[in-house]
Amino acid sequence: MSMLTLKQSRRLQTVLIGGLAWLVALAIFFPIFWMILTSFKTEIDAFATPPQLFFTPTLENYVHIDARSDYFHFAWNSVVISFGSTLAGMLLAVPAAYSMAFFETKRTKSTLLWMLSTKMLPPVGVLVPIYLLFKDAGLLDTKTGLVIIYTLINLPIMVWMVYTYFKEIPKDILEAARLDGATPAQEIVRVLLPIGKGGLASTVLLSLILCWNEAFWSLNLTASSAAPLTAMVASYSSPEGLFWAKLSAVSTLACAPILIFGWLSQKQLVRGLSFGAVK
Amino acid sequence: MSISTVQDGVPAVPAPGPETVKADKRLHSRVGLLTVSPSVLALLVWMIVPLAMTIYFSLIRYNLLYPGENEFVGLENYYFFLTDEGFVHGALNTLWLVGATLLISVVAGVLIAVLVDTPFWGRGIVRVLLISPFFIMPTVSALVWKNLLLHPVSGVFAAVWNFFGATPVDWFAEYPLQAIILIVSWQWVPFAVLLLMTAMQSLDQEQKEAARLDGAGPIAIFWHITLPHLTRPIAVVVMIETIFLLSIFAEIFTTTGGGPGYETTNLAYLIYSQALLQFDVGMASAGGLVAVVIANIAAFILIRMIGKNLTEKA
Amino acid sequence: MADLTIRNLKKSFEDIDIIKGIDLDIKDHEFVVFVGPSGCGKSTLLRLIAGLEEVTSGSIHLDDRDITDVAPAKRDLAMVFQTYALYPHMTVRKNMSFALELAGVDKAEIDRKVDEAAQILELGHLLDRKPKALSGGQRQRVAIGRSIVRHPKIFLFDEPLSNLDAALRVQMRLELARLHHELKATMIYVTHDQVEAMTLADKVVVLNGGHIEQVGSPLELYHHPVNAFVAGFIGTPKMAFLKGKVKKADRAGVTVQLDCGPEYQLPLDGSRLKAGEPVTFGMRPEHIEVTAADASPFKVTLDVTEHLGADTFCYVKAQNGETLTVRAGGDYGGRFGEQVGLIPDLAHCHLFDEKGRAVPKPGAPAQAA
Repeated sequence: MSMLTLKQSRRLQTVLIGGLAWLVALAIFFPIFWMILTSFKTEIDAFATPPQLFFTPTLENYVHIDARSDYFHFAWNSVVISFGSTLAGMLLAVPAAYSMAFFETKRTKSTLLWMLSTKMLPPVGVLVPIYLLFKDAGLLDTKTGLVIIYTLINLPIMVWMVYTYFKEIPKDILEAARLDGATPAQEIVRVLLPIGKGGLASTVLLSLILCWNEAFWSLNLTASSAAPLTAMVASYSSPEGLFWAKLSAVSTLACAPILIFGWLSQKQLVRGLSFGAVK
Repeated sequence: MSISTVQDGVPAVPAPGPETVKADKRLHSRVGLLTVSPSVLALLVWMIVPLAMTIYFSLIRYNLLYPGENEFVGLENYYFFLTDEGFVHGALNTLWLVGATLLISVVAGVLIAVLVDTPFWGRGIVRVLLISPFFIMPTVSALVWKNLLLHPVSGVFAAVWNFFGATPVDWFAEYPLQAIILIVSWQWVPFAVLLLMTAMQSLDQEQKEAARLDGAGPIAIFWHITLPHLTRPIAVVVMIETIFLLSIFAEIFTTTGGGPGYETTNLAYLIYSQALLQFDVGMASAGGLVAVVIANIAAFILIRMIGKNLTEKA
Repeated sequence: MADLTIRNLKKSFEDIDIIKGIDLDIKDHEFVVFVGPSGCGKSTLLRLIAGLEEVTSGSIHLDDRDITDVAPAKRDLAMVFQTYALYPHMTVRKNMSFALELAGVDKAEIDRKVDEAAQILELGHLLDRKPKALSGGQRQRVAIGRSIVRHPKIFLFDEPLSNLDAALRVQMRLELARLHHELKATMIYVTHDQVEAMTLADKVVVLNGGHIEQVGSPLELYHHPVNAFVAGFIGTPKMAFLKGKVKKADRAGVTVQLDCGPEYQLPLDGSRLKAGEPVTFGMRPEHIEVTAADASPFKVTLDVTEHLGADTFCYVKAQNGETLTVRAGGDYGGRFGEQVGLIPDLAHCHLFDEKGRAVPKPGAPAQAA
C-alpha cells in the first residue's frame, strides 16, 4: 500500500466505495428484481427448488391477469381513488398553506403542529366508528368513501409540504404583486401557483404515492367493488391464491406506475417530505 | 416621444382591489382565515367525531353479534382489554417493531448515505435502486418477501442456506416478528436514505477540508462533522417513520395474520382483530383509545424533541 | 406634481415603537435618501409610505390627497425592492406589464408603455427572457422598469443596490442619477450606505432609532452636522472624536483642552457652554495635516497606513490611547511606530456638547436637535 501514489490510492478508494455501493444497492433492489423476474416464469419455474435464475421467459401471466383477477377493475379503482383524493387534498391544502405561509399569526405554528399530530392518531383508534359511520352512510366499499378517508389522512402532510414550498417564496414578490394591484385571488392564481408549481407537483406526486400504497383503510373498508390494488394483492395471501408467477405479475403491474413516478420525482419529493429540514 | 410624458400628462393607472390599507389588510386577514378554515375544520371533524364515538363505545357493551345489549359498563372494556393476554404482547410487539425499525433505518440510512456521497461510476442508478422499495405498496412487499424470498422451501433465502449446507429456516414460524421487522425495515431504510442522501449534499465541503487539514481522519470527520450535520434530517426521519410505523398493519395482515399466537400482533392488529374478527366493538374501542393515548405520548415526546426544530427553519 | 407631506407619523409593532413621530416634506422632483444604521426605521418608513404597513398614528399626504389609509396599489407609487422581487415565472415583458394588465389597460397601450420603458432602460433585447437568465444589474433595471410603466408619482427604492457587487453598484448609482434627471421624478431611496446617500440625494434624511436626526443637502450634513451621530455617520473614513474639556467659552470662540494633550481655540459660538464642561472634539480625516513630531503640540504614534494611490489613510494613536484616522498625501512615507505631529484645520473642526449636540458656528441660527 505504501507504494501507491496519492492518485492511485484515491482511485482504489473510489473503486472500492463504488463496488460496495453497487453491492448494497443491488441487495436492496433484489426483491423487486426477483419479483419482476418471477413474473416472467411459468408457475412451475416460479416454484422450483432451488429458485431458477435462468429460464424460458413467458408472458402468459400478464395475459391471464385480467381473466383471473380482473386487474383493470382494481387498477381503475386505484387510479380514481388516488387522483380523486389528491385533487381534493390539494384543493384544501393549497389555500391552507397559503394562509399559513403568508398570513402568519401567533397560532400558525401550533396549528401546523396540531395538524401533524392528527397524523399521529393511529387509524385503529378510529376504525370502529368510521366503519360504523360508513355503514350507515352507505360509504362502505365505495370509492367516495376511500377518497374522503385518504384526503383526510394525507391532508396534514400535504399542508406541511405546500407550506414549506410557499415559505421559500420571498414575501417581497407578494408585496410587489399587491403594489401592482393584485387581489388575493390573483395573487394565488397568477403569482403563487406558477412560482410554486414545482413544489405543488411534488406534493401531488407524494400524495399519489401515499394513496396508491395505502393499505389499512383499503383493506378494512372495501370488499370488492371499490377495492384498489393494495386490497387485490392482499387477497393473494390466502392459500388458494398461491400462484407465485401470477402474483408477481400482478404485483409488478400494481407497483410499476408508482415506482416510475417515484424515480422521476425523487429529487422534488425529498425537499417537501423533509419539511424543509433538508435543502 | 419625449421622456417627460412618462411622468406628466398621462393619468395614473387605476388599480383594482380594495381602496384603503385597512380594507386591504382586512381583506387579506379574512382571506387568510377563510383559506385555512376548510382544512382545519376537516381535520377537527376527522379528529373529534370518531374519537367521541370511540370514547362512547368504549364505555358500553357493544358486540355486533349480540345487538341490542348496549348497557353502560363503565371501564369494564378497558379492564378487559388491558388484562387481555393480547395487550401485553401487542404493546411489546409494537414497541419492538417501531424501535427496531427506527434503529435499523437510521443506522443503515446514515451509512448508506455516507457511502454514496462520494462520486463513483453509476451513482445515479445506484441511488434510484436504493430508494425503490419505498415506492412499493406494503401488501406487495409483504407477499414478495413471504413467498418469493423467505419461503422455507422455494424461497431465495432457503436456496442460499442450502448452498452453504445449512438447514433453511422457516422464518415466519421460527422468527416471525424478526421477519416482519426485516420486511418493514426494507421498506423504510430507503426513506431514510433518500432524506439523508440529500442532506449530505448540503454538507459544507470546506468544513471537511478544514478538518482534514487539522489532521482529522475519516472516522473523526464522520463523528464530528457529518453526524452533527445530519441531526436535523435524522430527527425528521424518526418523526415521520414513527407516525407510520405505529400503525403498521398490512404487512402483518398479509403475512402472519398476527400469529403464531400473539407473536406478531401489534396494537393495530389486535384492535382490528377484536373489532372486525370478534365483533367486540366496545373492547376494540377501548383498545383504540389506549392506542391513541400511546400515540399521543409518543407524539408529545417527538414534538417536544423535534417539532421546535421543524418550525424554526420551515 | 408630487409633494409628499408626512406629519407626526408613528408606527409600532406590538409594543415596540419603530417610528417615533416623523415630520417630513418631500418636494416634487426631489431625490430624497433615507439613511441610517440598520434598525433605525428607514425601511419601515418607506413601507409606511408605500402602504405595505398600517400607520399607527399620524398622516401622509400626497399633494392634497390624504393617502394615510389608501391601499398600496392606489397610491400612485411604485416600489423597487431590495431583492428586486421580480416574478420568476414571467418574462421581462410580462413582469413589466403585469400591473397594467391587472388594471385592465388595453394591449396596445401596455406594449407602448413597456417598449418606452425598455428603451429608457436599454432592456429592449431582453424582453423575452426570464429573470433567471439576467445578470444582477439587468434584474435591477427590470425592477425599475416595472415601476416606470406605471407612471407613479413617486418612486420608492428599498436598498436597491445592496445585492450588487461593488463595481456594478457604482455603475447603477450613476444610472439611477441619470434616470432621475430624465424622468424628472420624485424618488425616495433607502440605504444604509452613506456614500450612496451623498452621491444620489438632493436631500438626505438621517434616521436613528425611529426619529429624524437631520434633514439637509449632502453638503449641509457634511459641513454642518447638528449632532455627533450625524457627524460620525456622514463622511468616510469616519470623523475622529476626541474627548476634552471646555477651558473658556464665549460668543466669539471656545477654547478646548483635549484629554490627549493639545489645546485648541475654535471659532464657534460657545455662549451655551460653561468652562469645565466635558465636550467631544470632532475632526474629519481630510481636515488634519500630518507634520513632524516637533512641529505640533498634538503628538501621535503612527499605526497602520493604507496607500490608496491618491491618498494615504493613516491610523494613529494619541498619547492617551484614543485612535483617529488622518488623510495624508498619496506618497506619504510614514512608518509603523513613528512619532508624528498633527495640525487640525480649526475652521473645519466640530465640537459637540455633553448631549452630543453640535456647538454652532457664530451667527448661525440655532438648529433644533
